[in-house]
Amino acid sequence: MTAASTGTLERIGAEVTEQDIRAALGAVLDPELDEPITDLGFVRSVSALTGPGGTHAIVHLRLPTSFCSPNFAYLMASDSKDVISALDGVARTVVELDDHHDSDLINAGLAADAGYRGTFRHEAEDSLEELRWTFRRKAHTAAMERCLTELLRSDPELLETDMGSVRLRDLPKGRNKDALLRRRTALGLPEESDSIVLVNHEDHPYPAESVPMALRRARSTRISIDGNAHFCRGLLRTRYAGSGADQTARPEGAEATLNREALPLRVKENH
Amino acid sequence: MYSQDGENYFIVDAHIALWDARPENQRNIHGKQFIDCFYDYHRNLSPESEQWSYEEFLYQGGKRLMKDVFDEGHVDHAIFQPAYLGEFYKRGFGQVEEAYSLAAANPDKLTYNHCFDPRQGEAGLDRLRADHEKMKFTGVKLYTAEWQGQSRGYKLSDAWTYRYFEECRKLGIKNIHVHKGPTIRPLDRDAFDVADVDHAASDFTDLNFIVEHVGLPRLEDFCWIATQEPNVHGGLAVAMPFIHTRPRYFAQIIGELIYWIGEDRIQFSSDYAIWTPRWLIERFVDFQIPEDMTEYAPLTTAQKKKILGLNAAKMYNIPVPAELQLPNAGETATGPRQPERADLAGVR
Repeated sequence: MTAASTGTLERIGAEVTEQDIRAALGAVLDPELDEPITDLGFVRSVSALTGPGGTHAIVHLRLPTSFCSPNFAYLMASDSKDVISALDGVARTVVELDDHHDSDLINAGLAADAGYRGTFRHEAEDSLEELRWTFRRKAHTAAMERCLTELLRSDPELLETDMGSVRLRDLPKGRNKDALLRRRTALGLPEESDSIVLVNHEDHPYPAESVPMALRRARSTRISIDGNAHFCRGLLRTRYAGSGADQTARPEGAEATLNREALPLRVKENH
Repeated sequence: MYSQDGENYFIVDAHIALWDARPENQRNIHGKQFIDCFYDYHRNLSPESEQWSYEEFLYQGGKRLMKDVFDEGHVDHAIFQPAYLGEFYKRGFGQVEEAYSLAAANPDKLTYNHCFDPRQGEAGLDRLRADHEKMKFTGVKLYTAEWQGQSRGYKLSDAWTYRYFEECRKLGIKNIHVHKGPTIRPLDRDAFDVADVDHAASDFTDLNFIVEHVGLPRLEDFCWIATQEPNVHGGLAVAMPFIHTRPRYFAQIIGELIYWIGEDRIQFSSDYAIWTPRWLIERFVDFQIPEDMTEYAPLTTAQKKKILGLNAAKMYNIPVPAELQLPNAGETATGPRQPERADLAGVR
């Protein structure tokens, strides 16, 4: 877009830059996949134009399919509008979701600041807060399992039944532990180093006999989130040529075959 | 029948479709969006050699289906699971009449399952009775994210759905295939939630509930409810092709399913025409759990035989040569197998 075509708007000299807007969008998570939309490649374009009163921000979002769940689509789009509007120097924010079955509905709702209920009317009951909490809990469950499975694999002497008494200080430092600490903070769980790792979302640990089952359930949650995260990334790349360049690699659940590399897959043998 | 390394596999493809998504049948933009979404699934998860052109993908017809599924596909018997999608397609997406006629002409190869929408109320019940009188199906496919007027989805636990299940009981429709999709009212909650299957399965213990694509993207919720409800089964539609692009993820899906629900309640399906069965069957027979996944036991040949056909054959009384049959496994460590023990796992 040029100054000529936008009347008083002009890109050059905008107080808030496109980089600032992208950085702000980094705080918007796909609630289901537990990752920033900027890492997933969901931000299609960002424009920062100078207009009356400050920067006019225009953001287009895209999703892996037309039929991605509309509640998640709405959350990401409305959160995007919120974080950009909160930037100092932004006078006007337009966020549009492209190519979704509910694009018209969601974009009209965002433009009018109609909120969740105003946007979805009879299909909305109260709010999307409980939905957010459901997936914050799942994100914590998955992060917890990654840490404990990492610990189990690091020491063949350890048993699943030992995992119920592992404390934060027992976990090896690194990406998995950092991620767990962030998820614990999101749920309001204690950060002290003697805190028990394997707990439910209300910080209740499990009795010894329930520990293996709790860990197995957590594992199925982790597998599910990792699987969905990679499938959604792949579908986005298939749907929008070149979108892979906007994605950040996700090590959790990554596979050699994604890059079509001929790494040998060592398999079990039946005896 | 598929044979490999001296083993014979009786193959039942438990979820196939005969659809028409050509532009002249699309009612609106959503018809295009829907088939484009399927085509992206197809392109994203198929090996390059198995990819179709967009035109091929829009419509196959009966002759092509018979070739892909039976002549080249190793399949002994396949089951139609139509999704109607009347809001997206003028004559519907799944071609009900065409599929029924094809099954009627090839009864040893094809089983026709029907579909209904409980939001059609009494008139829909009359229609179900009339359709059943004519077509004599024993199973139905329900797509809970089907749009209808102002509504963009329903639950299995809705009062009207229960009325239809009661009618299914009377008519002898035993097998309820459930395809969970997004957009269920209210949008406040997770639209992929499978909790309604749990309710329905508890209240209709004499019906089988086969959750297609094993609950993906909510594998964990599916496994948990299936553990508690012995009449809940998992269909591998959409999960199968991960065997190519994401073999470790596929191994985890299968490993989790066998751990939670056991080898007797998992059904192979290609989800034709999103994918073709031949390569999926060949790769599954050759498949094994990666060595470093110490949490799962290796897959046995007997487990593969059950998943590839024997489980669905048992549910649908499809004749299987005596020498290919296998006994049921014992209960899983996680849950009950007998109806009277349903839900015990949940209250422990």
